[in-house]
Amino acid sequence: MSAPPGKARFSKAVYARPRSLVDVKSHFCPGCHHGTIHKIVAECIDRYGLREKTIGVACVGCSVFLYDYIDVDVVESPHGRAPAVATGVKRAQPDKFVFTYQGDGDLAAIGTSEIIHAANRGENLSVIFVNNTTYGMTGGQMAPTTMLGQKTSTTPYGRDFRGDGYPIRMAELLAGLEGTAYSARVAVSTPAQIRKSKEAVRKAFEMQINGMGLSIVEFLSTCPTNWGMKPLDAQKRVLGEMSEYFPLGVFKERVQADFA
Amino acid sequence: MSALAAPPSKRLLKGNEAICLGAVAAGCRHYYGYPITPQNDIPEYMAAHLPALGGTFLQAESEVATINMMLGTSASGKRVMTSSSGPGISLMQEGLSYMAGSELPAVIVNISRSGPGLGGIAPSQGDYFQAVKGGGHGGYRLIVLAPHSVQEMYALTMLAFDLADKYRTPAMILGDAIVGQMKEPFVASPYDPASTVEKPWALTGCAGRERLNVKSLHLKDNEIEVHNWRLHEKYERIRKDETRAEPYMLDGATIAIVAFGTAARVGKTAIQWARKEGIAAGMLRPITLFPFPRREVFELARKVDVLLVIEMNTGQMVEDVRQSTPLHDRIAFLGKPCAMPTPEEILERIRLLAGRKV
Repeated sequence: MSAPPGKARFSKAVYARPRSLVDVKSHFCPGCHHGTIHKIVAECIDRYGLREKTIGVACVGCSVFLYDYIDVDVVESPHGRAPAVATGVKRAQPDKFVFTYQGDGDLAAIGTSEIIHAANRGENLSVIFVNNTTYGMTGGQMAPTTMLGQKTSTTPYGRDFRGDGYPIRMAELLAGLEGTAYSARVAVSTPAQIRKSKEAVRKAFEMQINGMGLSIVEFLSTCPTNWGMKPLDAQKRVLGEMSEYFPLGVFKERVQADFA
Repeated sequence: MSALAAPPSKRLLKGNEAICLGAVAAGCRHYYGYPITPQNDIPEYMAAHLPALGGTFLQAESEVATINMMLGTSASGKRVMTSSSGPGISLMQEGLSYMAGSELPAVIVNISRSGPGLGGIAPSQGDYFQAVKGGGHGGYRLIVLAPHSVQEMYALTMLAFDLADKYRTPAMILGDAIVGQMKEPFVASPYDPASTVEKPWALTGCAGRERLNVKSLHLKDNEIEVHNWRLHEKYERIRKDETRAEPYMLDGATIAIVAFGTAARVGKTAIQWARKEGIAAGMLRPITLFPFPRREVFELARKVDVLLVIEMNTGQMVEDVRQSTPLHDRIAFLGKPCAMPTPEEILERIRLLAGRKV
């Protein structure tokens, strides 16, 4: 009898599930990026030993299920209000690590006021922003980030700037505010992108650890189900037209806190 | 000058300031708010005093943000307060529903003004329905306390914090522009909490324990039905144990005013005048609007000839009075929407009801 596969051939573990990621089956659709992004967040929480001092803020949409997957305290926020809820947590517990996890409908439509003013106050928070250009949980309606021409259930003929306006670039918009410490846009459609995005989340978390102000990482993400695409085609869309309109990169990186 | 540093002797104090003193005495160190007349004395006081006490004053971008900041601070296990007036309280209804659903304590002060819409800044009791019937979506109750003096603004604010913590639910102080802006002699009595409440549900990081969630979303099986019944049972417990009302000169009364807040305050003067004229008038003053003193109204209605309900609106609490007694023909109503009734006009109505010539 041979040993079970994986036991005999390797003498030491080189990879393990992050401590902060709950060991459960994912309920997300095939090809959805939430699982990948959760793992990146969990790895970065572990890296800085933050798990036991973290309070996450979940918002409304598919992203609300954060609390089923990340093994930290989580408070649920009304739609779009996560930066305000996070402000309330952080002001009450400045020694804790606080992050929000928000979708594009949440952060870039109903929650624009809350994110802009949290950033403008320089709230010492980290924001994980998942942009998949649609409202996933409600069945694929037009989001503020929906691309021009993109067909959704509420833009059945494609998004038309005459009437629907333009897809909004939040990472750039927030980079323009004095209180923003860090703003970057990343994607997770290739292994190299995943490594880069982890670096961005690490930077964002370090900003909070060092008291620099609000940090945000925007993830270009897929929604194969509502896009009506196969997972691989969805990856191609991120790498293609989405990355062209929503360029990847770091738009702001503060080197010194305002009060230092 | 810090009002906190003043000795506990009698002095003149504004109703809105008394709320601040009560909140600070009760250990509230977190205040979020947005400017609106006629309650600006409260954020201004908190802005001046909370930082020195190691607390947080934050002027939010809106009342929507305000109530959600409160949600975050409350989920952290800390006492937190805001104050506003009608239009701002309307914007908070979303967050109040979430806080009721998530079972988070907080104190919300409504120094109410006239409505609907932008209305006006005159005192009003037009927010009664919004305060006591839920206000936001989904079916919930706030604990609602109605002070009628500066001293009570102080005492009921402290009580509001205790009740909110005890029942894990938001509590509202329903005042109005008169009781908020008027000055009266005031003595700062020491804070004497009914009970201290542990908050094992607070999100403080999961060191040494399993992770916790504070949430109002319940999708699995019949969780949300169970949750609704549990909330209902809590509101019934509040009805049973926390109803408060002040009987005023009710001995032998044949005409009983039912009024709260400023309307009750004015009513007391009219009652004194009526008694001097030999009319046996008295008052039952609800201090808690939710829970409403149903039993007290029921029993009172059987004893008197008339229940005269006075409100600074066109008739809202009167519906709860009708619900409390089957003796509807004994109920009279005097409404003054968006204005304070004068003792003279109340006395005139009392005389009419007593069959006196006026």
